[in-house]
Amino acid sequence: MNNGTTASEHKLSEEARQRIYALRNNYPEGRSASAVIPALHIVQAEIGFISTEAVGEVAGLLDMLVSEVEQVVTFYRMFFTKPVGKYVIKVCDSISCYLRGSDELLEKGKEKLSLKLGETTPDGRITLMKIECLAACSAAPCAQVNDEYVYNLNPELFVAMLEELKTAEENPYYLP
Amino acid sequence: MSKGLMLYPEPKAATPEGKPPFPYILLKHREIADIYRLEVYRANSGYEALAKTLKEYKPDQVIDLVKASGLRGRGGAGFSTGMKWSFIPKDESIVKYVACNSDESEPGTCSNHEIIVGNPHQLIEGILIACYATGSKIGFIYIRGEFARGARILERAVEEARAAGLVGGNILGSDFSCEIVVHRGAGAYICGEETALLESLEGKRGFPKLKPPFPANVGGGVYGAPTVINNSLTLATVPHIMLNGAEWFTQWGTEKSKGIAIYSLSGHVERPGNYELPMNTTFRTLINELGGGVWKGRKLKCIIPGGSSMPILPGTDEVLDTTMDFEGVVARGSMLGSAGIIVFDDQTCIVGAVLRLVEFYKDESCGKCTPCREGTQWLVQILHRLEHGHGRPEDLDLLLSVGGNIQGKAFCLLGDSAPIPITSAMKLFRAEFEYHIKEGRCMVGSGSNRSPKHEVAVAQ
Repeated sequence: MNNGTTASEHKLSEEARQRIYALRNNYPEGRSASAVIPALHIVQAEIGFISTEAVGEVAGLLDMLVSEVEQVVTFYRMFFTKPVGKYVIKVCDSISCYLRGSDELLEKGKEKLSLKLGETTPDGRITLMKIECLAACSAAPCAQVNDEYVYNLNPELFVAMLEELKTAEENPYYLP
Repeated sequence: MSKGLMLYPEPKAATPEGKPPFPYILLKHREIADIYRLEVYRANSGYEALAKTLKEYKPDQVIDLVKASGLRGRGGAGFSTGMKWSFIPKDESIVKYVACNSDESEPGTCSNHEIIVGNPHQLIEGILIACYATGSKIGFIYIRGEFARGARILERAVEEARAAGLVGGNILGSDFSCEIVVHRGAGAYICGEETALLESLEGKRGFPKLKPPFPANVGGGVYGAPTVINNSLTLATVPHIMLNGAEWFTQWGTEKSKGIAIYSLSGHVERPGNYELPMNTTFRTLINELGGGVWKGRKLKCIIPGGSSMPILPGTDEVLDTTMDFEGVVARGSMLGSAGIIVFDDQTCIVGAVLRLVEFYKDESCGKCTPCREGTQWLVQILHRLEHGHGRPEDLDLLLSVGGNIQGKAFCLLGDSAPIPITSAMKLFRAEFEYHIKEGRCMVGSGSNRSPKHEVAVAQ
């Protein structure tokens, strides 16, 4: 779990701060709070989760109260308030994926990675979780690796994917 | 790993020749792979509808034409699109907005992301026309956070369009100016509910708001300004109607459900996929002919005809011969909703399936109102003990009673929807629920060999 990280690593780079400030231009004058979700996506992409320090920075950049930003962070499922693995695997287990074997994928994942859902491997590489409907129902079962989709999985492909992610430098499922 | 797993799969050849069963309209990206690029989109009549609209139609005339086309909202409610636009105040001094609802999250529905990734300009063109018709200067695209690639593609497309004078000031040399803002959510089914979407767009938790005021009213939309909220599919259909005329669209469908729609077919079928079809197509054609029938040579048990919030229908001939239009499905006791058709084979234990359906609503309840927040958890607890062999004789009545105390008493439709899988399944398959209580295991499928009372953690 990112042992040895210091407070400064939980702060935003100047570039990220500028990008967040520029998001204000997307919304009418005086409506900078609208940029909070896009801003938090920038935070998570840079730090890996939403740190307390970054919440304060976002609040300052968007003229919001810290509590207003916190409310958003804790409401939306995609934001992590603690460090997670380099790759977060989210397996859809809603009805269409359930009907085509998503529970088998989750069982395989828990077994191969020796963890419970929501946990991260000791080397900090992989977090396994289930997620509600990913809206890829006709390509079931499906999953995401971080925010990228993987369609039409089966247990063999899923295990191969786990193996691949144990060593991959960059997310192999990213398409521009 | 194969790149094939990263691209949204088209259904396997639906006809022996590999041709689509019906000419592609919204799904043209399946034939023209590069249509996501502006120059390719334009080479295929892209933005001609916008040019024609700006040149030949006044805003009111656009609304009249969309009304005449009979286009109805594809997000679930099926409300007349032209009518919705007409509710926006005409007063030019009032600021107005358009918000495209791309928060696709209803289990069983998966067409929005495919058309966004495949053909982003089609959607942008539709939003621009909606903005012109309603006098809006900004069109927001509220895209669900998980559609990260869809959002990237839309953002690039907006920049391409801006560079070509199609977004921004004085579009195509006219006096119409309009911005398009791609706004990513962050994982919350409730934000597909229109008032929750507005709250989220303002940078708050996605809590639904009381209506009235409705989003089209002053005080009801984003920042309190009148706002049109339309589904992505609805808006992506608009350019085709403006270009080809209302009569072109009304040539298909039924008397009250005009045109074509994209049906998402999922579950136990041979060829799941998104199918673009006239609205008078039957479930039989979709499931048995195009979808290749129930998988593994099994028999059909039941279907959900319109996304998981709609009542389950039995797999009878009467249901299969029903046309997939708004009225046809209502006549059978369910609704077309978001046109996500989920197929269940005869080896499916209905109790397990219903548990999974209701878990979704429990997980996605926003927590604002007590009946939904508490009630959905109770429903899941009871279903969980039923499924795992610890059911009690009074549980079936208890489920209906808890469900009845959510429906009509919850703040929004999420709570109203949560008990629907239970009530509709119990009407059709009550014996399976009773079997679970008596025998402690499933009546059908692999769970029928299970030892009773097999799970430990069960609510008391």
